[in-house]
Amino acid sequence: MQYTPNTESQAAEMLAELGLSSLGDLFTDIPESIRRKCVLDETPGETEPSVRARLEQLAQDNWSAGDAPVFLGAGCYDHYIPAAADYLLQRSEFATSYTPYQPEISQGILQGIFEYQTLICRLTGMAVANASLYCGGSALSSACRIAAETVKKRKILLPASLHPEYAEIVKSAGIAGFYETVEVPVAESASAGSPSGVIDLAAFESLLDSDVAAALIPYPNFYGALEPVGELVRLVRAKTNALVVMSVDPFSLAMLKSPGEWGADIAVGDAQSLGNRMSFGGPHLGFMAVTEKLLRKIPGRLVGQSVDDRGNRCFVLTLQAREQHIRREKANSNICSNQALCALATAMYLTFIGPAGLKQAAAISHKLTCYAQEKFRRAGFKIRYTAPVFQEFAVCVDNPAEANEFLLENGIIGGYELPGALLFAFTEKRTAEEVDELVEAMSKYAFPAEKESAEGEEQE
Amino acid sequence: MNIPQELFYSKEHEWVRFEGNKAYIGISDYAQHHLGDIVFVELPEIGAEFAPMTEAAVVESVKAVSPVFCPVAGKVVEVNEALLDTPEKVNEAPYESFLFAVETDGAGKENLLSAEAYAPLCPEEEETL
Amino acid sequence: MKLLFEKEVKGSNRFRFPEPEVSADAAPEMIPAEHLRTADLGIPELSEVEAVRHFTALSKRAFGVDDGPYPLGSCTMKYTPKICEAAALLPGFADIHPYQSPWTVQGALKLLYELQRDLAQLTGMDAFTLQPAAGAHGELCGMMIVRAYHKSTGADAQRNVVLVPDSAHGTNPATAAAVGYQVREVKSGPDGLVDLEDLKSKLGGDVAGLMLTNPNTVGLFEKNIEEISRLVHEAGGLLYYDGANLNAIVGVARPGDMGFDVCHVNLHKTFATPHGGGGPGAGGVGVKDFLAPFLPKPVIEWNEEEDVYTLNRDLPESIGKIKTFYGNFGVCVKAYAYIRLNGFAGLRAVAQHAVLNANYLKKRLSARYEIPFDVICKHEFVATNARQAKNGVRTLDIAKRLIDFGYHPPTIYFPLIVNEAMMFEPTETESKERLDEIAAAMNTIADEAETDPGKVKGAPYTTVIGRVDETRAARHPVLKYVSE
Repeated sequence: MQYTPNTESQAAEMLAELGLSSLGDLFTDIPESIRRKCVLDETPGETEPSVRARLEQLAQDNWSAGDAPVFLGAGCYDHYIPAAADYLLQRSEFATSYTPYQPEISQGILQGIFEYQTLICRLTGMAVANASLYCGGSALSSACRIAAETVKKRKILLPASLHPEYAEIVKSAGIAGFYETVEVPVAESASAGSPSGVIDLAAFESLLDSDVAAALIPYPNFYGALEPVGELVRLVRAKTNALVVMSVDPFSLAMLKSPGEWGADIAVGDAQSLGNRMSFGGPHLGFMAVTEKLLRKIPGRLVGQSVDDRGNRCFVLTLQAREQHIRREKANSNICSNQALCALATAMYLTFIGPAGLKQAAAISHKLTCYAQEKFRRAGFKIRYTAPVFQEFAVCVDNPAEANEFLLENGIIGGYELPGALLFAFTEKRTAEEVDELVEAMSKYAFPAEKESAEGEEQE
Repeated sequence: MNIPQELFYSKEHEWVRFEGNKAYIGISDYAQHHLGDIVFVELPEIGAEFAPMTEAAVVESVKAVSPVFCPVAGKVVEVNEALLDTPEKVNEAPYESFLFAVETDGAGKENLLSAEAYAPLCPEEEETL
Repeated sequence: MKLLFEKEVKGSNRFRFPEPEVSADAAPEMIPAEHLRTADLGIPELSEVEAVRHFTALSKRAFGVDDGPYPLGSCTMKYTPKICEAAALLPGFADIHPYQSPWTVQGALKLLYELQRDLAQLTGMDAFTLQPAAGAHGELCGMMIVRAYHKSTGADAQRNVVLVPDSAHGTNPATAAAVGYQVREVKSGPDGLVDLEDLKSKLGGDVAGLMLTNPNTVGLFEKNIEEISRLVHEAGGLLYYDGANLNAIVGVARPGDMGFDVCHVNLHKTFATPHGGGGPGAGGVGVKDFLAPFLPKPVIEWNEEEDVYTLNRDLPESIGKIKTFYGNFGVCVKAYAYIRLNGFAGLRAVAQHAVLNANYLKKRLSARYEIPFDVICKHEFVATNARQAKNGVRTLDIAKRLIDFGYHPPTIYFPLIVNEAMMFEPTETESKERLDEIAAAMNTIADEAETDPGKVKGAPYTTVIGRVDETRAARHPVLKYVSE
């Protein structure tokens, strides 16, 4: 009741005007047989201070990135967000507005999205970007449907090096029957049976037939590794009409060649890494960017530039005839609400951090990753995959769950548990000391006896 | 409302102009007026085959989408690609702006209307769209 | 107003990170040259103060519920309590990683578990997932569950049609199509409700289910819902509840008690999480017991004895995943706080006052505007321009003129079954004074439509821009900034 402003006497006055005597009279159109069944625990509302206390308690029951260094990545990253971006995002004109259907009073939202679209196009090197989708995984499944409908083929090549949740989202959406997925294995590398961690080119080539609608290329892939994109794209173009769909971490594009430069048809990914808090996995935002040719196929909202009746440049939702509220069952997506505020967060993040800041952040992440790999090697660990990586790699360990528990006991939030390995990520928020601590704790866990005897030998 | 005598019409407001075994298809003046400013046309692929009155193209206005039916059986032999860049031509000159042409054996022609028979389907009502 | 890119001053952004102390020999860089980016990043350089001013200026050119009433029908734009925002920003929620060991996120899992339990009770469902990121995403999840169910019984091959009323939101038919179904439309009767005879004629062995919003999009309760439920179930179909309008009945009546098998709720409508200029929302999905095995992975479980929350991924019949991780957790935190603030009894009052406000505003407008279905409505109602049309004033004009009075316009040209519709949903968080003001503004516009229709047709006058050439935007799309 705290947020309904009408007083009891006002409510009575309004009811009287309607010729009714009680609030219950407003619901007589609902059959009594239905209303009777609505029996609820009559929990009373709580005061604001009580609710705050309750939520603070729940929050305290979680270990946050402020409590311990985080070496988890796997599609969600602990990056630094400039204070100004965090602060401005809370302006309630942004937070409490609806989709900008009325352009005259929504220029701020519309321009913000237009700027976001421009930034995504520039980062990805693509021609057109939409106003956001739910997450990287759902953006990828949308891309698969677009590919199947555009190329009029059914097969989607799904590499084993793709994020397992993205793969699952793509497969789940397959229930609709627009496409079927075929898995592409990861290659063994030339050196002594270690897997490379990237797509097996020979297997990939053998799967490229005339029924392929899209080849998905994760970049960097789930293991942090750089796929041989140039070779993969060449093979696709040489053998099929299929679309090349790249799933990228946009943060990495500060350093890595963009999907546009590689010649992709569709670029998707999750822009959590650009200015959105981890928030236990959401809200984040999926993005999608496409070539000019696929402009009409892109799902979701698009903001375009136009002029008003006074001759001013202005912005407006456009090409709406693609969308569900007009095209209904013929729309190629049912998306309505998207992740607009997260897109605005990304535009703010990129603006405050600037081009040099983003390049520096990416360079630091990569430098720490290289440093960590070297440290792990020198400590006697085997690096699981041999391909070059950007900011993430897997370290072999017999019992990854147990190793993670050990790290937690040592005040470190460890890695993602792969079979026989832990996948660690290194963002610019980590320090060299934290990396040293990680490697030390891992060594203590993995080689307790060796460590002691080695120390003993040195003493002799 | 402009309804040229020499053309045939479908009940769904397509016009058809026959040239030998070829049929050119567009949307009528009434249809373009009803739809408002046309912002995009989606054309069929050359070689696509259609049964009479099946959906072959799409015209879009800012707030609406309408299917364009192929009134006679046939295989697409020509599309008006210029409309992709200048969809406004459909509003400005609907009868000079065919969307596509099919090679046809004439099946479906028997259900088409003459200009006189079509006119009553275009009431001069208050525009509400 | 200039774009970010037009405000660039090279060298003005001085944001930097501390360099880690790592010697170069200990960290040989490993990215091969062919992978290195050569293209410019294209991010503009602004000083911090100029960037702050830019985004502040953008905010001043936007309009939120905190700026004024937002009676946008079907969108439930109610006031969002600020304590909910504060809660979601607590580091213990905002800075936790989704793959942390469950024992380091017990508070987060408990919150999600309790929110699921509360939503299940409020909707009369048995199990809930919070994975969907929005209402339409909830629809997708729910209809995937419907399809998975029919697959499990062997009926999927013949049940390939989903029924959708002609008054439905566009998301319903688009969702059915996105799950691979054909859509068959059910007509509304002259009373604005589902036409039962038409429904009967559309039902058959090929029907997988019916998607229904209740109250429906004209703001009326489908009072024949029990009969509809019986008919659909007898034909072997399932009943899907679109929770877009739950705000009208929360705490008063439950979809589960009406016979619905699966439903979604929009946390960003009924449960007061802000809409963020288009999102993020959250669209949790509830199901009856027999559909629970099909819920997306993972499912949060509670071991009552040890009071421990875990994530179960071992669900062989699950539809799989529809979103990464567990959904829009930060949005769920806000909804959880909102439910605690109100209690279930308070939520009932929310529905009561939402309905009272809608009926009161309808009464106030009915003197000057045509109300096609003038009976007791639920949380929203439809008016039209029928009386103003004779002076050439359209619904669009009335909506634009209302902006000049400081209000967000109602939803216009929806639902499609009403010509020139204006759908008002004042929500429970507007006061009688505010409703009287909106009514007064609408009455002034009705006066103007008679005395000076040109004035209405030229509106708005108080905004930073005038009416937009939408045709030009669509004919020649400019979707990003290109420097000249």
